[in-house]
Amino acid sequence: MHTPLQIIRLTAAAAITLAGWSGTVAAQQVPDSAARRTQRTLDSLVTAMHELQARMDSLTRAGVQAAPPPTVASQARASGSYMNMSFDGLGDMGWSSLRNVRSIQRGDHDPKVRGFSIPNAEIALDGTIDPYFKGFSNIVLKLDENGETGIELEEMYFVTTSLPHNLQIKAGQFFTEFGRQNPQHPHAWSFVDQPLVLNRMFGAEGLRSQGARLSWLAPTPFYAEAMLTVANSAGGTTHSFRSEASSEIHGGVPIERGVNGMRDLLIAPRLATSFDPTSTQTVLVGVSAALGPNNSGPQATTRIAGADVYWKWKSAKAAQGFPFVSLQTEALVRTYEAASRTAVNDPGTALPTATLRDKGVYTQLLWGIKPLLVVGLRGDLASGDEDAFALPLRVDKYRVSPNVTWYPSEYSKLRLQYNYGKRPGLRVDHSVWIQYEFLLGAHSAHKF
Amino acid sequence: MKFESLRHWLVIAPVAAWSLSESANPVPPPVAVIHVVATTPDLAALAREIGGDAVEVKALAKATEDPHFVDAKPSHIVTLNRADVLIEGGADLEIGWLPPLLESARNDRIATGAPGRIVASQGIRMLEVPSTLDRARGDVHALGNPHFLIDPINVRTIAATIAEHFALVSPKSAEVFRANLKKFDATLDEHMATWLKQMAPYKGAKIVTYHKDFVYLAERFNLEVVATLEAKPGIAPSPAHLAHVISTMKTQNARIILVQPYQNRKTAETVARQTDAVVLDMAQQPGAIDGTGTYFQLMDYVVTLLSTALQEKK
Repeated sequence: MHTPLQIIRLTAAAAITLAGWSGTVAAQQVPDSAARRTQRTLDSLVTAMHELQARMDSLTRAGVQAAPPPTVASQARASGSYMNMSFDGLGDMGWSSLRNVRSIQRGDHDPKVRGFSIPNAEIALDGTIDPYFKGFSNIVLKLDENGETGIELEEMYFVTTSLPHNLQIKAGQFFTEFGRQNPQHPHAWSFVDQPLVLNRMFGAEGLRSQGARLSWLAPTPFYAEAMLTVANSAGGTTHSFRSEASSEIHGGVPIERGVNGMRDLLIAPRLATSFDPTSTQTVLVGVSAALGPNNSGPQATTRIAGADVYWKWKSAKAAQGFPFVSLQTEALVRTYEAASRTAVNDPGTALPTATLRDKGVYTQLLWGIKPLLVVGLRGDLASGDEDAFALPLRVDKYRVSPNVTWYPSEYSKLRLQYNYGKRPGLRVDHSVWIQYEFLLGAHSAHKF
Repeated sequence: MKFESLRHWLVIAPVAAWSLSESANPVPPPVAVIHVVATTPDLAALAREIGGDAVEVKALAKATEDPHFVDAKPSHIVTLNRADVLIEGGADLEIGWLPPLLESARNDRIATGAPGRIVASQGIRMLEVPSTLDRARGDVHALGNPHFLIDPINVRTIAATIAEHFALVSPKSAEVFRANLKKFDATLDEHMATWLKQMAPYKGAKIVTYHKDFVYLAERFNLEVVATLEAKPGIAPSPAHLAHVISTMKTQNARIILVQPYQNRKTAETVARQTDAVVLDMAQQPGAIDGTGTYFQLMDYVVTLLSTALQEKK
């Protein structure tokens, strides 16, 4: 009788013998190909060594010392990871002759009170999703005039990278590509506040919504791009369309208006083209429109049209991008077809059907005098047609804003701006704002 | 009604335009010449050496401008859209302007990892790779100093990479690229021997630069950069820092200041006056100075200017 221990020993011995035997058999079965493979590998290694030797010899002949081993770059870096992350903080301080600062600084990223404001702190995340898409998200925190923090998903979208025929699709929530400044984030603005006309047409936060955009880069020798955005038309960021606050435009009580078809969506086409008149100058011209329903009535519609021009000269010997001169102008017109509706102020009164027309323009000139120093001048104008409602949002407004911006580095900014504001029948207002901005994390890169 | 028809037209028009463009542009026939885009003129010059007649090369940055700050202008989108090959420096040199251009260019042939995408910094032994990332030290590149093409030995590696990628993109011309590379390497070895001979007497010589843009040159030719006019990369020189630079130059007996076309020559001249130094108009980009259209012309210019000045200031 064998003890269990002996059985284990015997089994183990048998297994080892078997393994050794099968290994020998396996080796005997394919000796030629394995040996040949090894030989081939050896041959190629020898060839590689000879090549290396020859190269080293040639370097030695040239008198070059052997280089020390390569340094491996630190992996703990933002752009080496799968996602770029950055935080941008933007704050204002200053004073206005008007105590109710919000009545003249109506943008959500404008200075909001006498004293200190923090109108924009954004966390931007972006990266390549996979071989087909890139993703971007921007989460904004902002403090209102009472210091209450609001949070919003400002943007969240993906962009295709490899569609055929020069097409590209972007989908999610994003700033509508209308004109020049609307798609820009506040930290890319050249002034502390939103231009008056953009506030009037697009509201405090600019025009953005949930939707999709198709873009086509024309196969022309110069840049020409056609874009078409289809998006939801409801909410505070579609101010001229189905916005809860539309009474500010038409003076009536907004109706509940759902989506019954394509006509209830917002459609925004844009055509842009660009050329370089000389090697140091670039011109970018665009026309845009935003068409959609409004909630003054069940069939009411709004049409906004805009044109924009951007010209820039940059020295051929530019250091850090300076010196440069740029001129940017945008003009917009809006036709708001207001349906017959109940007046907000007097529920007994029905306001008649009306076509409300607004228009406005701004022009800004920037001069980057020397590295990291820019002076700017902006003229702002927005006006509405004569109407029965005399709403604060639709009165004529003028503003002139000189400013100077100093960038201590690429990652920080200090800006001093004076605003001279005029509204008919009201006292001239004067405001002085200092804006600061800082950037942490991934290096930002801006479109032209 | 008019409004509705306008809206319909807006949806139909792009589709119509697209289908029209399709019929107008049938699949292009295979062409021998490949379109190469280089972010900077030095890379473009190498591409021309290796590609010869089989390539058509364009550079995005101007030879005279600061390559960290190029405008992402729309004409570059068009150039990148049509490119078969993109050569970038890498190591974050173009981080402020290339990513938005590439997103708009929507060109798969030059996507990361494609044979048509060449990152020159790959395979280069990078200098000044920071051990910790802290922007208190200025705009230091996390992957190391990106101005590595001024070292001819690095250029040898990059030329080989370019030839390899060109051959993958255009296999028909592979032999041409290989032959051009061989010729280029031979010429480079020849020139290198001359350059080393020219610089040999000045081993250990002390120089000052405006930006940290000649560290690879200094390392290759055994020079010592004792100071930079910029206190930190990307931070403008302050009077206090310049005073420090002046005293360093005096104690170390450094009397050569290198500036590039886009750097503030006046600042360098002010420092030079107080240190009996000479300001040299250097360049890293072929074409930045007249008569330096090729890489060899540029390096000949750089080495001759530098060795002559070092001789005079010895």
